[in-house]
Amino acid sequence: MIVRTFICFAVFAASMILLSSSDLHAQIAVKAETVWTMNGTAISNGVVLIRDGKIEAVGSATQVRIPSGYKIVSAKVATPGLIDARTVVGLNGYLNQPHDQMALDGSAPIQPELRAIDAYDGREKLVEYLREFGITTIQTGHQPSALVSGQMMIVKTFGANLDEALINPFSSLSVTLGQSSIASGGRSPGTRAKQIAMIRAELTKAKAAKPDSPPDLKSDVWKKVLAKEVPLLIYADKAIDIMNALRLAEEFDIRIILEGLAEGHDLVERIRASGFPVIVHAPMARPTGDRENLSLETPSKLRAAGIPLAFQSGHEGYVPKTRVVLFEAAMAVAHGMSRDDAMAALTIDAAKILGLDSRLGSIAVGKDADIALFNGDPFEFTTHCVGTIINGRIASEAKR
Amino acid sequence: MKQIVGSLVLSVLSIVSVGAQETPVAFVNAKIFTISGKPIERGTMVVQGGKIVAVGDSRSIKIPDGAKQVDVSGKVLMPGLVDTHSHIGEGAGADGTSPIQPDVRIFDALNPKSGSFQKAQAGGITTVNVMPGSGHLNSGQTLYLKLRDGAKIVEDLAIYDKDGRMMGGIKFANGTNSLRAGGGNFPGTRAKSAALIREQFLKAQEYREKIRKAEGDPAKMPAPDLAMQTLVEVLDGKRVVHFHTHRHDDIMTVLRLKEEFGFRLVLQHVSEAWKVADEIAKAGVASSIIVIDSPGGKLEAMDLLMINGAALEKAGALVGFHTDDPITDSRWFLRSAALAVRNGMSRDMALYGMTLAGAKMLDLDDRIGSIEVGKDADFIILNGDPLSVYTVLEETWIDGKVVFDRSRPEDRLAAVGGFGAGLGRDVHLSCYEELGGQK
Repeated sequence: MIVRTFICFAVFAASMILLSSSDLHAQIAVKAETVWTMNGTAISNGVVLIRDGKIEAVGSATQVRIPSGYKIVSAKVATPGLIDARTVVGLNGYLNQPHDQMALDGSAPIQPELRAIDAYDGREKLVEYLREFGITTIQTGHQPSALVSGQMMIVKTFGANLDEALINPFSSLSVTLGQSSIASGGRSPGTRAKQIAMIRAELTKAKAAKPDSPPDLKSDVWKKVLAKEVPLLIYADKAIDIMNALRLAEEFDIRIILEGLAEGHDLVERIRASGFPVIVHAPMARPTGDRENLSLETPSKLRAAGIPLAFQSGHEGYVPKTRVVLFEAAMAVAHGMSRDDAMAALTIDAAKILGLDSRLGSIAVGKDADIALFNGDPFEFTTHCVGTIINGRIASEAKR
Repeated sequence: MKQIVGSLVLSVLSIVSVGAQETPVAFVNAKIFTISGKPIERGTMVVQGGKIVAVGDSRSIKIPDGAKQVDVSGKVLMPGLVDTHSHIGEGAGADGTSPIQPDVRIFDALNPKSGSFQKAQAGGITTVNVMPGSGHLNSGQTLYLKLRDGAKIVEDLAIYDKDGRMMGGIKFANGTNSLRAGGGNFPGTRAKSAALIREQFLKAQEYREKIRKAEGDPAKMPAPDLAMQTLVEVLDGKRVVHFHTHRHDDIMTVLRLKEEFGFRLVLQHVSEAWKVADEIAKAGVASSIIVIDSPGGKLEAMDLLMINGAALEKAGALVGFHTDDPITDSRWFLRSAALAVRNGMSRDMALYGMTLAGAKMLDLDDRIGSIEVGKDADFIILNGDPLSVYTVLEETWIDGKVVFDRSRPEDRLAAVGGFGAGLGRDVHLSCYEELGGQK
C-alpha cells in the first residue's frame, strides 16, 4: 500500500516533467460508464474525444468512434473538471509556517492593490493535492480576514508556471464583513458600522475621482469595481452582514458575489431577489464565531430557490489546511441537495459565476478538456478520483 | 417508526424508576453489526434495565412476553461509537505555569450542559475520552464519559469502575505543541521534552517505593503529593497514558518511554504511524488515529495521510479512531472510518475501530463496544450502510434510553445546525415545554 503510494508519486513526478513541455498535447479518448456532461443528461457508456487540449467530440460509444492513435483512458465515471470557487491555496501553503502563508497582509485593513498573481505558487503541495481529487480550476487569492484583503484570480491547477495556469489574473476583490475582519486595540474597523462606513468611503471617493486623476493603485481597483469590470467577493456569515453586503451593492450599483452565508438559510428570498450568486461556506466548516448558526442544509436551500451557487474550500488557519470541495459537496448531498445540483455547483454553475462557462464547466465540444475520473459515485465516501485531465493532458493518475 | 419510537420513549421514561422490572424492548429485524461476531442480516436485540439481554437471528430469538417491539426492518443497528480523544464539554486542563501537571483534572473543568455533547450524540458517539490539550508534556487527567441525556453535573456523565472510582486516563504529549521557545520551565527541544517526562516518572518510582516501604505505617508515608499519586496510578497500570504524538521519531520516543517505565499506552493521532507501523505493532501498543481532509496545517501533520488506518491494520496493531473535536466534528465521526476504508482499511476493522477497539483502549470492553448479551444497551440506528455518505443516523441510545432521535426538532437542530444549534440545552426548559410553556 505504502509502496504503491510512493510509486504513484514517482510516476506522477515523472509525468509532471514530461507533460509540462507544452507541445505534448496527447489525443485522448475517455471512456466511461457514465459521463456527466453537465450539458444535458448524463451519457451511459460515453466517449469523450480530446484533441489539442479541447473537447473534440462527446457522445455514446455507439455514436463516437475512437480514431486510431488516441490514448484510451477508462473509468466508471467522468465529470467535467471540478471548480473550487474560492480558496487561498497556492498563496497559503500546507506547512502553515510564516514563509508559506501569503494570503493575508495584516498591515492595513484595506489593500485592494494586492494582486494574487504576485503571490501564487503553482508548485505548492496543496495545489497538487486538490488536482488529485479532480479539481482542475480554482479561484484563489487573498483570504477573508481583512476588510479588503486583496485580489483573487483564477488558475488551472496544472502548469509549470503561472502563465500556463492563469485564466484570469483579477477575477474579484476579497471583502470580509463581520467578526473576522474587526480589529482590536483601537484600530479600524472596530465595529460593523465602521466596516461599512470605510467601504462606502472608498467607493464614494473613487466615484468622485476625475477621469484625468493620476494613476493610483487603490483607486484604480475601485474604479474597476464601479465599472462592474470586477465584482466584490464579499464574505458575510451573519444575516446582518449579508444584508450589509446587499445594501452596498444596491447603493453603488456594483456586482458582488456573496460568500460564507452561514445564516443564509434565513435570508433565502432576499438573496434570490438580489440576483447575486453565492459561493457558500464549506458545509463542514467549524460552527464557531459568526458561523455559530450555520446549517448543513444551507446549500440545498439556496440552490432550491434558484440562486446560482458554487462551493468553496475557503480559508483554514489550521488543520485541515485546505478542504476539498468534492467532500464538501458530498456533505450538501447528504443534507438535501440532489447529486445533479451538487455536480452542477462544482462545475457549470461555478463556471458561470466566475464568468468562464464558455470555456469551462461542462463536457461540450470546443471547451477546455478538463475532466475528472472516478471509480464510482463521485460523492460517496469510499469512491476514489482515479485521474484528472487538464487542458487535454493527464495531470494526475493518482488514486485519491 | 417515529410513533413507535415516540411511545417507546415515553414508556421507557415512565418506568425508569422501576429499575430491573422494566419492560423489555425488542428491536426487531435490523441488520445488526455486533462487532464481536459476524453481522446478523435479520437480527433482533432485546434490551432491559439498560442492558442487552438477548441478541441473535430474528428467527431464533424469543421475544419475552410483554416486551415492547420496535420494528427496525431495513435499518442498521450497531454499537454506540467510542471516541477515544475529544475536547467536547468546554474544558481546559493545565495552566501555563509548568509543563507537567498530572494533578490537574479535566473533570473539574467540564460543563455538563454544553451543546457539544448533543452534537456528539447526533454523531452516534456514546462514550468519549475527554482530554485536556496538548500544549503541555502533561496537561492532566482525562475523563471517560457516557453522553447520557439530562446531565446536571459531571458525575451524571461519568463512568465508574467496580470499585466506584471515576474512570479516566492521563494525557501526555510530545513534539512541537508542548515546546515553547524561551518558555521558562517548558522544554525547548524534543530531547528536553523526553528528559522532563523521564525525570517525573523516576520521581514517581521513588515515591511509589517510599509508599511500599512504609508498609501502611502513616508515619513512614511520603508527604501527600497529588501529582505523584497520579503518576503512581499510571505506573501501576490503573490509569492509561493517552500520548499525543505525530512524527515517526516522536512515536518511537513514546515507545521507549513505555519500555522504560512500563505504563499502559494508547498512541493518540500517530500521524506518521504508517512510517513505523511495524514497530508500533511489535510493541503491542494501541493507536487512536484521526483522519483529516488534507495533510499539513502544522509541520508535524505534513505526512498525516489517510492510509494510516490501513498501514496499522496491515501491521497487526490495534486501531481506533478519534474526532479530536473540534478538529473534526463529532457529528461526522463515522466519516473518519469511511475515509480510512477509502484508503485501504478493511470495513470490518474500521467498524471495530469505531467501537470495540476504542472500548479496549478505555478499559471498557467488558461493558461497551459490541452488541453482546450483558453489555450496556449503547447503540445507534442508521438507515443504511454506516460508511456511506447517504446514510442518516436516526437514533442514539445509551443505557437503554434514547438520547438522540433525529425526528425530534431539538435533536435535528443539533445534527443539522441552524439558529441556536451551538447552545447548551437546558434540562428545565424541556420540562417547561412539555407542560405547555413557550420556547
